[in-house]
Amino acid sequence: MGEKIATRVAYGKALAEFGGREDIYVFDSDLKTCTMSMYFADKYPERFFNVGIAEANMVNIGAGFATCGATSLVHTFAIFAAGRVYDQVRNDVCYPRLNVKVVGSHAGLTVGEDGATHQALEDISLMRTIPGMTVIVPCDDNETRLATKAMLDFKGPCYFRTGRPAVDPVTDSIPGYKFEIGKGCQLKDGSDVTLIACGLMVQEALKAADLLAAEGISARVIDMATIKPIDREIIVKAAKETGAIVTAEEHNIIGGLGSAVAEVLTDEALVPLQRVGVNDTFGHSGNPLELLAHYGLTAENIACNAKKAIARK
Amino acid sequence: MLTEEKRKLELEAANIRKTALETIHTAGSGHIGGSFSMAEIVTVLFFKAMNIDPKDPDKKDRDRLVLSKGHCSPVMYATLARRGFFPVEHLKTFRKIDSDLSGHVEIHVPGVDMSGGSLGQGLSVALGMAMYGKCNNLGNYAYAIMGDGEIQEGQIWEAAMAAGFFKVNNLIGFVDNNQIQLDGRLTEVMDPNPIDEKFRAFGWNVINVNGHDVEEIADAIEEAKKSKDKPTMIVAHTVKGKGVSVFEDTNRFHGGQPTPEEYDLAIKELDDQIAALEV
Repeated sequence: MGEKIATRVAYGKALAEFGGREDIYVFDSDLKTCTMSMYFADKYPERFFNVGIAEANMVNIGAGFATCGATSLVHTFAIFAAGRVYDQVRNDVCYPRLNVKVVGSHAGLTVGEDGATHQALEDISLMRTIPGMTVIVPCDDNETRLATKAMLDFKGPCYFRTGRPAVDPVTDSIPGYKFEIGKGCQLKDGSDVTLIACGLMVQEALKAADLLAAEGISARVIDMATIKPIDREIIVKAAKETGAIVTAEEHNIIGGLGSAVAEVLTDEALVPLQRVGVNDTFGHSGNPLELLAHYGLTAENIACNAKKAIARK
Repeated sequence: MLTEEKRKLELEAANIRKTALETIHTAGSGHIGGSFSMAEIVTVLFFKAMNIDPKDPDKKDRDRLVLSKGHCSPVMYATLARRGFFPVEHLKTFRKIDSDLSGHVEIHVPGVDMSGGSLGQGLSVALGMAMYGKCNNLGNYAYAIMGDGEIQEGQIWEAAMAAGFFKVNNLIGFVDNNQIQLDGRLTEVMDPNPIDEKFRAFGWNVINVNGHDVEEIADAIEEAKKSKDKPTMIVAHTVKGKGVSVFEDTNRFHGGQPTPEEYDLAIKELDDQIAALEV
């Protein structure tokens, strides 16, 4: 297995790699060494602005650039990107349909010791409810790199969620893997249940599939890197072919990936669904791995929920 | 400014007020007070100062304007229509379900550079436009028009700090200092004064003008364009509802509507002003 890399680092390097286009402008709010926009800043200082600790101003400066034809990328922690500047993102980015990418790093519990005020567990929900917003949550180095390129080529508002801790590479060893906005990717086939995950829970879902295989249960694994627009086709196909679904996300079970999948199932293919995520509560300070275990964001809990979903068939 | 040019601009401002009032009257709702207090500001910008072309509203090197006090869409739309961005007749659709002329300004309307509505956010947008212009050597200016109540919003001061720090000298702001906000007088609700000293402390060039004197406004813009290393804030001392006696200096017409009798009287007063200014 290859080197562990945080998605925020993969993102920062990819932004610098693909950021040569003259219309790309990057903004940060005193967090460039955390969000990793620093790689771009070092390479293209003439198209980088640090606006200080003023996220609202940053989003709207980016919006102003975008009205003139720029591709703007604004950076802060996910908790501020989706929460503190929700109004700016809704009214000044999405409503005027501007080409602004809102990049939120340090999402979820795995911020770790900094604690609950910095642990974005509602950001996917808040961002995906805004009309016209695209929401991307990559899981590893390779996927983050490809998703960053796709986002830069895509015109329109986008929320891009990255994480703090280094995570295992998983997608580069999947034959035929490719990233496309709006498409989920089947990482492993299976017939008894489907595990649909995003972000670092993709790695856990793959481990869960191995745990289930040891018990003779065949689990399909889908990496749902785009939460909006959600890939309805791959969900409906999984529901019809495996008859039970588990979602897994480093996010509140309300409003995120689990809800997005539930919406599709309700509309088109009602099968048992178990949602793994943070159960409508705030996070806490702690070691990231301990936090994931404490809140049940583990392969073991996904496997347990898979068996529950199968039993409900 | 030549007397003839001044007369024409004053006549245009009076016509804009009348058109804005008729627009609001047809819609049955809309913001009169803040529209009327800034009539001379938009008149000077759209009929003299700004590099814009109604036949080519999207031209790359045009000057930009953000109406941060986006609820004053009636005066903005009346101005754009009279300047030729779309037919004056189209104003009759204002606030209607099948119209692009919504209650607050919308970016998709010809001549409008940014949507507005959530107060306190437009100065940051105009700052971004001005910075883009500098980055791309467009040689243009970005304007933002704010209300004086609006500058109670904290984001205004984030933008003020950044514009001063980045030395964005092609950013020109207006504070429509009519001293009245929705709930009452600024001094009773939340007094942001002294406005000029605050912006100076944030690194701005500040010019105080009589916001109903087209010559003073035009001169201030010319002076602002000479600034080498500072953004400029033009604090326009205005009267809410200016131009119609019953509308003036009250919060009653912030969003409220006149009675039919008051409306008729207002149109008559504006007609008299227009007649006096016509040759």
